[in-house]
Amino acid sequence: MNAPETQLASATYDSAAEGYNFAYLDEQTKRMIRRSLLKAVAVPGYQVPFASREMPLPFGWGTGGIQVTAAIIGRSDTLKVIDQGSDETTNAVNIRRFFARTTGVTTTRRTSEATIVQTRHRIPETPLTDKQILVYQVPMPEPLYRLEPRVAECKKLHALADYGLISVKLYEDIVHHGSIATTYDYPVIVNERYLTSPSPIPKFDNPKMHMNAALQLFGAGRERRIHAIPPYTRVRSLDFDDHPFEVQRWEHACALCGSKESFLDEMIVDDAGKRMFVCSDSDYCHDRREQQAEQTGAIAEGESV
Amino acid sequence: MTVRMTPLLSARAVTKQFGGRNGCRNVSFDLYPGEVLCIVGESGSGKTTLLNTLALRAEADSGTLHYHATHGDMLDLRALSEPRRRLLTRTEWGFVQQNPRDGLRSGVSAGANIGEPLMAVGARHYGQIRHTATQWMERVELDATRIDEYPAAFSGGMQQRLQIARNLVTGPRLVFMDEPTAGLDVSVQARLLDLLRTLTSTLHLSVLIVTHDIGVARLLAHRLMVMQGGEVVESGLTDQVLDDPQHPYTQTLVSSVLPV
Amino acid sequence: MYVAVKGGERAIEASWRLLDKSRRGDTRLTELSVGQIREQLRLSVARVMTEGSVYDEDLAALAIKQAAGDLVEAIFLLRAYRTTLPRFGYTQPLDSEAMVVERRISATFKDLPGGQLLGATYDYTQRLLDFKLMAEAQTDGGDSSAQVAQQHAALQEAPESMPRVVTLLNKEGLIEQETPLSDASEPRDLTREPLAFPASRATRLQNLARGDEGFLLAMGYATQRGYAHSHPFAGEIRFGSVTVEMELDELGEAVEIGEIDITECQMINQFAGSTEVPPTFTQGYGLAFGHSERKAMAMALVDRALRAEELGETLASPTQDIEFMLSHSDNVEASGFVQHLKLPHYVDFQAELDLVRRLRAEHAAQTAQTAQTPHTSEAAQTSQPDTGHDQEEQAA
Repeated sequence: MNAPETQLASATYDSAAEGYNFAYLDEQTKRMIRRSLLKAVAVPGYQVPFASREMPLPFGWGTGGIQVTAAIIGRSDTLKVIDQGSDETTNAVNIRRFFARTTGVTTTRRTSEATIVQTRHRIPETPLTDKQILVYQVPMPEPLYRLEPRVAECKKLHALADYGLISVKLYEDIVHHGSIATTYDYPVIVNERYLTSPSPIPKFDNPKMHMNAALQLFGAGRERRIHAIPPYTRVRSLDFDDHPFEVQRWEHACALCGSKESFLDEMIVDDAGKRMFVCSDSDYCHDRREQQAEQTGAIAEGESV
Repeated sequence: MTVRMTPLLSARAVTKQFGGRNGCRNVSFDLYPGEVLCIVGESGSGKTTLLNTLALRAEADSGTLHYHATHGDMLDLRALSEPRRRLLTRTEWGFVQQNPRDGLRSGVSAGANIGEPLMAVGARHYGQIRHTATQWMERVELDATRIDEYPAAFSGGMQQRLQIARNLVTGPRLVFMDEPTAGLDVSVQARLLDLLRTLTSTLHLSVLIVTHDIGVARLLAHRLMVMQGGEVVESGLTDQVLDDPQHPYTQTLVSSVLPV
Repeated sequence: MYVAVKGGERAIEASWRLLDKSRRGDTRLTELSVGQIREQLRLSVARVMTEGSVYDEDLAALAIKQAAGDLVEAIFLLRAYRTTLPRFGYTQPLDSEAMVVERRISATFKDLPGGQLLGATYDYTQRLLDFKLMAEAQTDGGDSSAQVAQQHAALQEAPESMPRVVTLLNKEGLIEQETPLSDASEPRDLTREPLAFPASRATRLQNLARGDEGFLLAMGYATQRGYAHSHPFAGEIRFGSVTVEMELDELGEAVEIGEIDITECQMINQFAGSTEVPPTFTQGYGLAFGHSERKAMAMALVDRALRAEELGETLASPTQDIEFMLSHSDNVEASGFVQHLKLPHYVDFQAELDLVRRLRAEHAAQTAQTAQTPHTSEAAQTSQPDTGHDQEEQAA
């Protein structure tokens, strides 16, 4: 069952020979998911229940995103999978393998070459086009869940656009911290109507959701809900008129490529606690370094990040 | 020349029982704008069931309930969909619970408690929400510098004032109150009743109060209804009923109260 | 030297190799066979089939072998496999009253038609470790077909008629009967549609049947300790085999497609009553694949607790809270989400780190300031603009 990826990458790979349907799910299930996706796209930001299946990865590890990708992926697609911005973390590797094995589609680390990007907790720094789909993995699709754990009650609040509760939370943040304290999974209003969870992306990434050319799909497998943001949709992060939404900024630049624009990961490099800041988006950082290397006429060696 | 006013709230033959017993039976009345109506009775008289049924927190078994909405329509309350009902209770009504902890959010500050109804109807300016909350705290005679403290930090009487402020901040037309002064010290009660009297007259509120305490009725109500065993046994102008009770039960009730 | 997050794939492959070795253990010992697990760990197999929602003893045994005995992991394997199976249709309801009974007891009556058939159970054993079982594996070398014939003969001696206790009680009208409503619709299939509230009893029972035994056990236990009072009695517990029938379109009638072992429990609880209906006993129901008495009993206790609203009882405890109970009963979901915390969260954590550092800086600044200028206002703090937020002033 678990075999090295190098054997699997051929585009002529026939998954049927392995005993699984293309992309693992049977066609009826894919159709069911696509119907849910269509509903979600028709009502931006609204959570559509769907009959999530048990997948070979555990609930909580991306099964929603996987099911969405499985339902839309075709033989000619190119897939990129990232986790926390990196193509290399174990979760990204596992999921990419899963699709390589069950579909045989081309996979890539380059954002610009992908037709489908499945992501956990980040939006790529490289701007997306209207030929691309971004599939988010969502642990908790309900933005109100910390304030109101009951799904049945939340449905009513959404139906009535009764969103006083989340404003109360933001108000309290300002009272206690002087500003809104949410730094990731920062709630947004989609298309001026539905309060939506953007998934646990840092609030730094929220502005990228607004009027994005790509189609954004959100899958929550364990909670069994799908939502969507169609291309060029208004997405507004919640705030107060006199406490407007702000993104994080760093004092440092990326130690590898020098970017001052991207989201930086902090790494501890030695026992003395010395720190280094590096781009979270590994492909973006790699691209920049390549460009810089071309400009200086040298080619960076061996650093396939 | 008499001016025919439209009642704000009209009840006809309202009945709500539990397993065919208890609750309230066959209650009818009209409540006019700016009027305070007290429902008086002992525990078990059915008064709280009646209040909850009128406030649409419980489903009546039979009877009709009509409400004259702001836009002029006469709404059949029992036929309202749940979304309409929730909108109504959010924007035009208030409900003050007997225990203030049931009517407040214990996990957020006093200011957030008062500000929430404003935020629920779209208030988006933090400074203004805070300003309004401060004003209301002063109006209900709470120390406004305590705006960031949690409800648990206030005494019972102050929590009740906080609950009242939370209910009145959106300017409702009709407020239901369930024993608002029960469980408070006598002196605290007296001050709270004073406050309620001032507020109801200044704001031209219509109020339906349930109480077992005749003193509350005498101080606050224009009219009252006396309940016993689930039915209204006597009703009328407060002074008339209390000074000249007709029904034997009312007479017992009145005579058993020590003069204040 | 900074450690890059590279070579993740090689690390994963190495992890698999270690897992294989760890699962196999000491190679000087004979490898477990799926057959051995199926036969000698049958109670584990029962649990994995029940919560994995697939009746297949060999597959369940395989899952247990592959999962090195971690039953929740085995249940997950079976569920994931189930996803790949097409659904042909639905069988007829099982007739448990026609069960070929291996064990049947009731706590409500000393004796009853059909008798108290004890069967094979740990209930009457003393829990002393039996060191004789530590002797290495022996096969008895017996003729397996003779063994099977012996078992069948024993079963045939069991009495034919085993009417349910609840049917007996019903002769006086003492217990509510579980009869389907005339206007009842088909139960929803929880494996095909997501759970939604309000949830009908049929939906609740499905959810509980697949639910984690430990969770149901704890919640059932809680109902006995006062968290919801239902004063339960074990009306009937029976274990044995039932035939499975299914209507096939081509034949236009139901045919028997096999036999399965099930455990069924009916709990009898205190009376409810209303103006129309006099006080009667009410029921809780539990059902599981294979021999799973603890699960069936716990399920029956929880089923009854969740009927509180329907029966007009006061809701006083989380065991009666339908949404709470049904949302947390599935161990595949629970295990996934709890363990997902092992996935990298360093981006989210980075954001939190920033916030905490900033707040600490403000706090330090605040303390320094109030030390210098002793003035009263906490109010001043709340209305001041964001100081010390230099990093954020270059707004997006």
